[in-house]
Amino acid sequence: MDFLRPASWEEALAAKAEHPTAVPIAGGTDVMVEINFDHRRPEYLLDLNRVGDLTEWEVGEDTVRLGASVPYTRIMESLRGELPGLALASHTVASPQIRNRGGVGGNLGTASPAGDAHPALLAAGAEVEVESVRGSRLIPIDAFYTGVKRNALAADELIRAVHIKKADGPQQYSKVGTRNAMVIAVCAFGLALHPGTRTVRTGIGSAAPTPVRAKAAEEFLNAALDEGGFWDSGKIITPSAAKQFADLCAASCNPIDDVRGTASYRRHAVGIMARRTLTWAWESYRGTAATTEGAA
Amino acid sequence: MSTPNGTPTKITQGSQTKGGIGESTLRPDGTLKVTGEFAYSSDMWHEDMLWGQILRSTVAHAEIVSIDTSEALALPGVYAVMTYDDLPTEVKHYGLEIQDTPVLAHGKVRHHGEPVAIVAADHPETARRAAAKIKVEYRELPVITDEASATAPDAVLVHENRDDHHIGHVPHPNIVHRQPIVRGDARQAAGRADFVVKGEYTFGMQDQAFLGPESGLAVPDEDGGVHLYIATQWLHSDLRQIAPVLGLPERKVRMTLSGVGGAFGGREDLSMQIHACLLALRTGQPVKIVYNRFESFFGHVHRHPAKLYYEHGATREGKLTHVKCRIVLDGGAYASASPAVVGNASSLSIGPYVVDDVDIEAIALYTNNPPCGAMRGFGAVQACFAYEAQMDKLADALGMDRVEFRQLNAMEQGTIMPTGQPVDSPAPVAELLRRVKAMPLPPEQQWLAAGEEADVRQLPGGLSNTTHGEGVVRGIGYAVGIKNVGFSEGFDDYSTARVRMEVVGGEPVATVHTAMAEVGQGGVTVHAQIARTELGVTQVTIHPADTQVGSAGSTSASRQTYVTGGAVKNSCELVREKVLELGRRKFGSYHPAWATAELLLEGGKIVTDGGEVLADLADVLEGESVEVEAEWRHRPTEAFDLRTGQGFGHVQYSFAAHRAVVEVDTELGLVKVIELACAQDVGKALNPLSVIGQIQGGTVQGLGVAVMEEIIVDPVTAKVRNPSFTDYLIPTILDTPTIPVDVLELADDHAPYGLRGIGEAPTLSSTPAVLAAIRNATGLELNRTPVRPEHLTGT
Amino acid sequence: MRVNFTVNGRPQEADDVWEGESLLYVLRERLGLPGSKNACEQGECGSCTVRLDGVPVCSCLVAAGQAEGREVVTVEGLADYAKHRSCGSSRGTSLQEAQDWAAKGHDSQTGEGSELAPIQQAFIDAGAVQCGFCTPGLLVAADEMLERNPNPSDADIREALSGNLCRCTGYEKIMDAVRLAAARQGEAV
Repeated sequence: MDFLRPASWEEALAAKAEHPTAVPIAGGTDVMVEINFDHRRPEYLLDLNRVGDLTEWEVGEDTVRLGASVPYTRIMESLRGELPGLALASHTVASPQIRNRGGVGGNLGTASPAGDAHPALLAAGAEVEVESVRGSRLIPIDAFYTGVKRNALAADELIRAVHIKKADGPQQYSKVGTRNAMVIAVCAFGLALHPGTRTVRTGIGSAAPTPVRAKAAEEFLNAALDEGGFWDSGKIITPSAAKQFADLCAASCNPIDDVRGTASYRRHAVGIMARRTLTWAWESYRGTAATTEGAA
Repeated sequence: MSTPNGTPTKITQGSQTKGGIGESTLRPDGTLKVTGEFAYSSDMWHEDMLWGQILRSTVAHAEIVSIDTSEALALPGVYAVMTYDDLPTEVKHYGLEIQDTPVLAHGKVRHHGEPVAIVAADHPETARRAAAKIKVEYRELPVITDEASATAPDAVLVHENRDDHHIGHVPHPNIVHRQPIVRGDARQAAGRADFVVKGEYTFGMQDQAFLGPESGLAVPDEDGGVHLYIATQWLHSDLRQIAPVLGLPERKVRMTLSGVGGAFGGREDLSMQIHACLLALRTGQPVKIVYNRFESFFGHVHRHPAKLYYEHGATREGKLTHVKCRIVLDGGAYASASPAVVGNASSLSIGPYVVDDVDIEAIALYTNNPPCGAMRGFGAVQACFAYEAQMDKLADALGMDRVEFRQLNAMEQGTIMPTGQPVDSPAPVAELLRRVKAMPLPPEQQWLAAGEEADVRQLPGGLSNTTHGEGVVRGIGYAVGIKNVGFSEGFDDYSTARVRMEVVGGEPVATVHTAMAEVGQGGVTVHAQIARTELGVTQVTIHPADTQVGSAGSTSASRQTYVTGGAVKNSCELVREKVLELGRRKFGSYHPAWATAELLLEGGKIVTDGGEVLADLADVLEGESVEVEAEWRHRPTEAFDLRTGQGFGHVQYSFAAHRAVVEVDTELGLVKVIELACAQDVGKALNPLSVIGQIQGGTVQGLGVAVMEEIIVDPVTAKVRNPSFTDYLIPTILDTPTIPVDVLELADDHAPYGLRGIGEAPTLSSTPAVLAAIRNATGLELNRTPVRPEHLTGT
Repeated sequence: MRVNFTVNGRPQEADDVWEGESLLYVLRERLGLPGSKNACEQGECGSCTVRLDGVPVCSCLVAAGQAEGREVVTVEGLADYAKHRSCGSSRGTSLQEAQDWAAKGHDSQTGEGSELAPIQQAFIDAGAVQCGFCTPGLLVAADEMLERNPNPSDADIREALSGNLCRCTGYEKIMDAVRLAAARQGEAV
């Protein structure tokens, strides 16, 4: 095993070009577990900790360009206003120690369906900035996840940043685990209201081979809100519409039975989370409820 | 060989106060533990030390066709590879009671993760690589996974040619042990019952999940022997099993207790002890073995999963008429403590209640599931979960208050157990229930206490932000349990203490030397307290535990404060007599009271019972030291009759009651335990702070198995599916409620200072109390533990 | 490979480090600092918690090479660290201080006489230590929380320590210890 320590982004790209099998390591929260437990013996480890700009972020007009290694703790503390869904998701990541090390780049690189950030990114709308010595490109989040623990990266590419749409409305995030802290998702749900475009977007984690959006549910709700003039009136979403939305979210799952939960429970829980997060977000949009994001 | 780094040293502790029994003195090892200097077995280090690695079976049941170690041996940095064929003597098996466990697999593996080969290398990674290069060819056999497959007419035998002492009375060779208990006439009594409830219950496989994985360091000695630094619960039991396999006399296997990172029963069996010694003797170099967490899940026995079938009856007035029950414990591939677990499960199967007519049967199976054995409260824990569910059901059928129904049937001193044994010390069962019920309830909706926004940390789901109060329903549940203390059924349960008194630096100092395994429970604290109380000294030195002194028995069965505490007290008393003798010899002529008065050792002096000082201990002991090593045993017990289960089987009982308050997100099936109040009779709290720590710790282990902890074994392959802390979840501090504790001290006159063993009872009633509270919140029947979101949502 | 970093204010060098080794392994097996405990090696228990450039992390998930040039504080250095903080000195250690560093004299048997950080003393006093295997990680995490949040609510304490498993105590005495340390810290100001 070789340990590559690039001092800059350019060096990192060059190293990755030279050794496409090199495994990038930043927070180490996935890679080190695999090494400690003998599940993986990469030829090269590519340490990204010395690439400083990976831990920086810029708040632009419409998007936040979030460095791939910005720790979850920083997202929770500093980007709650711009990225409320991702901030909530970040708070559910493992433990304080892990949140101090791990970043969204790791979630994207591993592309596990259980990664906590995915549903929030899908709901907010995002593009993944990846780069190689051949050049840089932006991959829409909807095209990023290609299979179980597979993503759209080429062998010589590294994740540099994520461009996430700044919230233009309330966002919510829920995750079910069988413990009240430090737990891998049995399933998770992200929801974002986009009053600007009068759309609702969703993201579902751990309930299909990849993180997915509940597109049929979004379309139904977008139409229902539009037709009923809800965006203007701020009326309460009828229980039947919320239920239909929840059912469609549950139906968009394609989960499995495993040690963490059954497929049917996952479907059920996604439906409950869809209804609750919609209710919280919509109440917040209406500006009438005191409860918005919870005191997470 | 030289001494390794991390060798335990004596710890001398003074005390600002009298520091005797009844005070909450602080741990003598506390400072070392908070500075990181306390050496656990995994911290041991020796120059030229090699690392050992175990290769484990990847299948649950198979014949071993071949093992090829050549590639592993050829790897640079590898010093030894050993298989069954390399074992040095004819003794190739070990076991606590039945020697059925192969040191390394021979011809066959019987469970997933069974040790097949061992490697020593100069770096742990080299050892891992070498182990991976050992080629083992398996021919898989059908797996036995439950009672039906174990006792089927054509069932494959997990162990052929059994010759242990249980084979004569079990109905099938795949049953380790069977204990029936019959008293009165349950069938006839059932005729008197106005209400009868039946239930089938399932208890999942729990893991001890101590935080310090199995580890130790074996150092070859110049005389051909070996010195093992080890984390264990019972040095002498290990020694008895290790020495014959090595072909060494016991005196050539020196054992020293290293720092132990928790135990809870999981270190009662051997893990890497023999393997480390074998490799050290083979290579002539020190060998350290440290399991990682994955391996730890395979490296020790678990709590027996169980199926429990119960029938309870009661009269209209609420008096229990009879109990019939059948408890099937899955012992897995090797016997471990299964026979004792059967004994406890059967004899304690009806709980702390008065029932004259019972028909009870408990069995433990041999299967190809992971071996199961000792874990805190064994046998009694599984039974308590079931009988307390039954008591709630029956109270509901009668339309009675659940606590009053229990109190109406609660045992008390003088009650006759199903085994015919009278309960001959206080049994305040009704009082404990009254006390937990009387505690104030925690306020409702605490998640809104800090303001209008819901504090999700106070809600089911916690930081995962699953509810802001939606679907949340509160429930309250009660349970009470009974646990035996000490080793039962005729076992010669003794301990040994060596106590010395001498003058060091002008001050009298007592040194206490036992082989007691300090696993965190605080035995060392209590030993110092006993020495202070009995010998009137301030300074007490705790000698490291090793096999240079007689056996202390196991740190299990809630027994150490009773038995080794009793041994320390006894040896102190003998030392005191010798000191007084010495005093009389030196100074007896100066004062008539030496001959006539009752003399005590207090405050570093010899005083009369009237308080008159006769001499300073420092003067009496000047130039002399007094030392006694003596065994001490509790009163004898006897085996249960193999047909009727009658017999004076237990030395003492321990009782605790819990009230659980839970909040359940009924839509998502997530649970938050808000409070787990406990009342326990401890006889005498030798160290109140430690007592409460034991009660709270035991309570949370019971909580864990109520709502999250379970080793999941694939029913088809018998392979473990979740051997990691990612998927075997134990409670975090956010899952843990406040645990108010009410301690009752009703002396047991048979026990030293009237104390009662306390470590296990709180683990019993915690689980059924939580389950009862969840049932109360959801209205669901819930007949298995742990309860999962699927069970609460019907999905 | 060779790795250079600062541990508890002292420059350290580790040689022949295998590239897959964790910071935890290097601390324990190469630098003679076994205080940080190895209980899960997957970031699920917090027993190996150290501060890396001031931030609490699981040292089992930091590749040794990632620690190059950085500052690590382990439980062995916690008392010193807390002392410097209370003296108001900056977090870093000057070269002079580093060179002057030496183990303090104390009773080699009991450790008594060691200068303890307030959180360490509180853990002893409150009965928060049983087997003690989780203790080093909890101390590092709790000390850092009290540095950030001197007056934590119970929920704050639980959240901050939710990455540290304890199997012995049921956490109640750990809560007591942190409350005690916070109260004593408050009195001292």
